[in-house]
Amino acid sequence: MGTTLLWLSLIVLIPLSTLFFRTAALTFDQFIAIISSRRALHAFELSFGLSFAAALANLVFGSIVVWALVRYRFPGRRLLDAIVDIPFALPTAVAGIVLTTLYAESGWIGGLLAPLGIRVAFTPLGIFVALVFIGLPFVVRTVQPVLEDLDGELEEAAASLGAGRWMTVRRVVLPSIVPALLTGFTLALARAVGEYGSVIFIAGNLPNYSEIAPLLIVIRLQEFRYADATAIALVMLVISLLFLFLINALQRWTELHTGKSQ
Amino acid sequence: MSALPVAELMQESALPDALNESVAARAAIHAQVLRRADARADPPWVKWLVIALAAGFLGLFIGLPLICVFIQAFAKGAAAYIAALADPDTLSAIRLTLIVAAISVIANSVFGVIGAWAIAKFEFRGKHLLITLIELPFSISPVIAGLVFVLLFGLQGYLGPWLVAHGIKVIFALPGLALVTIFVTFPFVVRELIPLMRQQGTEEEEAALSLGASGLGTFFRVTLPNVKWALLYGILLCNARAMGEFGAVSVVSGHVRGDTNTIPLHVEALYDGYQFAAAFAVASLLALLALVTLIFKVVLEGRLEQE
Repeated sequence: MGTTLLWLSLIVLIPLSTLFFRTAALTFDQFIAIISSRRALHAFELSFGLSFAAALANLVFGSIVVWALVRYRFPGRRLLDAIVDIPFALPTAVAGIVLTTLYAESGWIGGLLAPLGIRVAFTPLGIFVALVFIGLPFVVRTVQPVLEDLDGELEEAAASLGAGRWMTVRRVVLPSIVPALLTGFTLALARAVGEYGSVIFIAGNLPNYSEIAPLLIVIRLQEFRYADATAIALVMLVISLLFLFLINALQRWTELHTGKSQ
Repeated sequence: MSALPVAELMQESALPDALNESVAARAAIHAQVLRRADARADPPWVKWLVIALAAGFLGLFIGLPLICVFIQAFAKGAAAYIAALADPDTLSAIRLTLIVAAISVIANSVFGVIGAWAIAKFEFRGKHLLITLIELPFSISPVIAGLVFVLLFGLQGYLGPWLVAHGIKVIFALPGLALVTIFVTFPFVVRELIPLMRQQGTEEEEAALSLGASGLGTFFRVTLPNVKWALLYGILLCNARAMGEFGAVSVVSGHVRGDTNTIPLHVEALYDGYQFAAAFAVASLLALLALVTLIFKVVLEGRLEQE
């Protein structure tokens, strides 16, 4: 117990606390000036806005994927199930360079979109694509076990009471998996907000256009503007902590929910 | 569908009444089973639309990029591919990555087993908070992980001047790379072990102790073998992340080719230097690592389910 706490403190807690100490050396006005500068605000806006959009896309497509994997039997199902984990396992730098290559104007997908006037690589849309890629497994892997364990009798009861299939899914199945869906959504969102490797290749990284918050931290650090890097990082850290506690609460809610239905 | 032969059967008056009744009862049950299955079945067009959307989405977003890595890697032929891998800088990056990953895996395995054991087998206040804190590195940007170690050990950091005075290099060197990698892979092993150890309880350990086994003996003969597959599973995921980590190591590495570049950083250096085929050749190693990891993952999940 003591060892656990000591090791956790040495590796995680003490290093993270330096962010608070460093920022405490700034006056409040200095802190506000840094995090509300145009470039920082734009970076926050871009990171959170696109992460939210990507997590939403993952929610929609993740639901479709999880429904297909759990409810249907079809050739290739196990293969599809296995490749869902690729974004977890594939290093982000590899994802970054390959997505950039695919979506650049000379790339396989970018080449098809260019005549339509859609540019993906080196625009915010490219960041969105990268964030959808890395966030995909979260919704699927969070909802999958819950949907698998879902008691079929509820659906049968609904059907035998005369509910149509769509109504059964909407009124019986959906409420049972809402906690898991929300957990998956928040996990994808939290991951996307902090993502660096896969994004910086495809983003183009133009300040005030396609520069994400984690990259701005790195840039400030390279410029030896430690105060700026630390203040921006602190904002990100506090938001990550909020996400973490939200995810925990959601997970307990999911457990409660699935416990009830069994 | 199967109602038809049953109906035919029932019309055969040659059958004794008792048999007829049992056939009718079975037909009723069968019909019920069919109806139950029907209640959870979607119309065929919905089914195939959903499957097509799922397969299309996964194929476009995951399958295509994966295939593209290997095609780009061989864009300049097999000779160029092998040359890229045999390059001294690549070999140095591979060596560094293996060292960093080994250190992280060992550190987090030792901590993971001890930590999970303490959390699972003892009751204390604040347990839930402790578990949450252990998961903390998962929800923090890898860039922030790198930054905090620069703030601690960098030249401008709290311990920087002391380290310089004693000639110890942490940032822009192996210790820094290992530290941030331990940080970002911190939860992998311990989080696999906690639920399993909790579930197994303390009965077997108590039995071993009461039969005269030593504390350490009990740990190595009872506790550890009971969780070996979960431990391996955690190590597998920890290793994959340690070898592939980019953001955190990018902050603390000096980006010196052939010296402080890990494989992912070497990929970036090649890519930024417009050596695309070489970048993808080295990246294909990491993609292979991901595929091998996933295969072992499926195998280990099967083992874990058996238990």
